[in-house]
Parts: sequence; structure tokens; C-alpha cells
Amino acid sequence: MAELNTGGKKATPRVDMTPMVDLMFLLVTFFILTTSISTPQAMDIVKPDKDDNNKDNRLELKASKTMTILLGKNDKVAWYMGEAGATAPTYESLSQVDKSIIENRKKADASGVKGEFVVLVKPTSGSNFKNFVDIMDELEILKVKVRQIDDDNILDSEKESMKSQGIL
Amino acid sequence: MPRIKVKRTSTVTDMTAMCDVAALLLTFFILTATARQPEPLAVSTPSSTYEFKVPAENNATLTIGQGKVFFEVAGQKVRARTLELIGQQYKINFTPEEIKKFSVVSTFGVPVSSLKSFLAMSGADRMKPGVQTGIPTDSTDNQLNSWVLQARTATAEVNQQPMRVSIKGDSKEEYPVVKKIVDVLQKQKVNKFLLVTNAEARKK
Repeated sequence: MAELNTGGKKATPRVDMTPMVDLMFLLVTFFILTTSISTPQAMDIVKPDKDDNNKDNRLELKASKTMTILLGKNDKVAWYMGEAGATAPTYESLSQVDKSIIENRKKADASGVKGEFVVLVKPTSGSNFKNFVDIMDELEILKVKVRQIDDDNILDSEKESMKSQGIL
Repeated sequence: MPRIKVKRTSTVTDMTAMCDVAALLLTFFILTATARQPEPLAVSTPSSTYEFKVPAENNATLTIGQGKVFFEVAGQKVRARTLELIGQQYKINFTPEEIKKFSVVSTFGVPVSSLKSFLAMSGADRMKPGVQTGIPTDSTDNQLNSWVLQARTATAEVNQQPMRVSIKGDSKEEYPVVKKIVDVLQKQKVNKFLLVTNAEARKK
């Protein structure tokens, strides 16, 4: 009859811990990565003060160095330089507007007119929240220092021209 | 001549110590990680390259999605104080138990009138669709205005710090809805906001 070999060499009571350690480190890595990623990022936005009595918040802008960007629907924008109506607005998609901003800034800086290059962002009722964040992000990337948000004074002429292009 | 004996050492290393360290680290990370709160209003935030962390304290978050607005203020003590102030303003008496319950509620969106019944619900019932209808922002009954104002007062009282306002908007949310909320804040002369976004790699 076969007998269990109880005598002789005793097997060491050692357990192979390698897979356990592997699993532990995998979990540690997972927790390290998820904790740092889950903290949400934020964008700092300053809107103009609405108090009309406060004289300090009136900023003078140079028309020739001001670029107005109107945000319309379907991720489209309309932009023009200077005062409304002086030049015909250009229509393009939001993803392409960065090139125009660079070009306009170059022209404005070369003109020799004093003052900073200003971008005026006007989100219209057709635009969505993402468009607004995208354009502000674009301005941050392009390091446009002076940027203004104006969603109250959208001129009728601007609305008309945007409607004619079907982006409002 | 005797041959040089090369001592064969076993390749098995004792992993116990390594395992201990890993377990210790794991425990530490699990305990320090803040559990993700269930959100009553799921929004997908737009992405940006901004690298500014949303402050964990002295901050109120307005979640905007599907035309509704939800409110959250950071800090349990601040929350408790905010509810007390809201109770005083709307002449509602909240019991200490209700205040305690409210201090652990993160994001919520119910009118003040149904706040009592909302607090009486279980956590799972609160998340059911249709329960939280958003905070009223009409010009006649602007409760969002009160919440932000009282949260600011409470933060100033408890932490002696000014409160920041973060806006967590859904990508698809139409701009006029966002503007309506922002206008409420601007009436209180809150002109600085944080827009909560997802991190995005910077384009080259």
C-alpha cells in the first residue's frame, strides 16, 4: 500500500509572494494616478463690473487694435477689427479663429498705434458653454493679455449679419 | 587541487517585506483618497489647457446642466451655517438633526420649500430622477441669489476667508442659461469666476 511520505525532507512553509506584491503595487499605482487626476481644473474668468456709476471700470480701447469675436451656433464665429460696421465681419469655424487672432495681432502691433491688442468676446444666444470655454482657452494659449467678455451689448447690426449667415 | 566552489544562492527572495510596504502604501492611499460623491446632475465639462486647481475650501460650485442649476458649498461647518442663515431668511426652522444631515449633502438642487422633505429622504431616494428640480432662479423668487449670498456670509464667518464661485457647466449648455446664472452673481458684485473644466494637453 502506498504510504504518505511524512518523514524525511520537510517542505519549507514558504509562500511565493510575488503575485501578491504585483497586485499590491498595481493597486497603489492605480490609487496614485486616480487621486491626482480627479482634482478638477478650473479657468479663471473675470467679467466686467456692471456698476455703471463706477467710473474706474471704463477702459479705453483703440479701435484699430480691437478684435471683436462673436460666437454663433454650430461652432461658428464672426470676427471683425475695429468698430462694428467699419469692416465686414469674417465668418469661420471656431477651431480656425486662432490663426486669425495671430494675424490680426501681428498687423495691430505693426501699425504703431499705442495700446495693447484687445480681444472682445461676445457670446451670443446661439453659442453654447463649450464655445465660450474654447475661445477663452484659445486666448490663454495665444497669450492675449487683454480680453473682455461682453454678453450684454450685442448690437443689432451684429445680430443681423450673423443671422444672414445662419449662425444665430 | 580542489576546484573553486561557486556558491549557488537561491534566487528566491523574501517578498514579505516588500509586500508589507505595498500594503501600507495601499492602505494610506485608500484612506486619504476622497470618495467621489454621486452627482445628482451629471454634466460633462468642456476641456481647457488651464492648470488651475479648483480650491477645496472657501468655494461654492454651481452646476449647470439641462437648464437647471444645482448648488454646493465646500466644508461641513460652512454648509451647516449656510442652512441656518437660509432658515432665518425664509423663516423655516431647521432642527439640529436636519442641519447635521444637510452638512454632508454635497450637490443639491431643490427649492427651499421642499428642503425639509428632501433632507428626510434617504441618500438613494435623493438621487432618483425628478426629485431634484434645480434651484429657482426666477427674478421673483431668486433662491440661488440667497444661497450664494448666505454661503458667502457663512464662509466669511467660519473660515474668515472670501468665497470663490466656480461654475461647472455642461459643454452643450446654451450660453443664455449660463449668462442668466452669471448675471445673478454679478448683481452681488461677484465678477470673478472659476469655470470648471477637464484638463487637456496643450497643443504644440
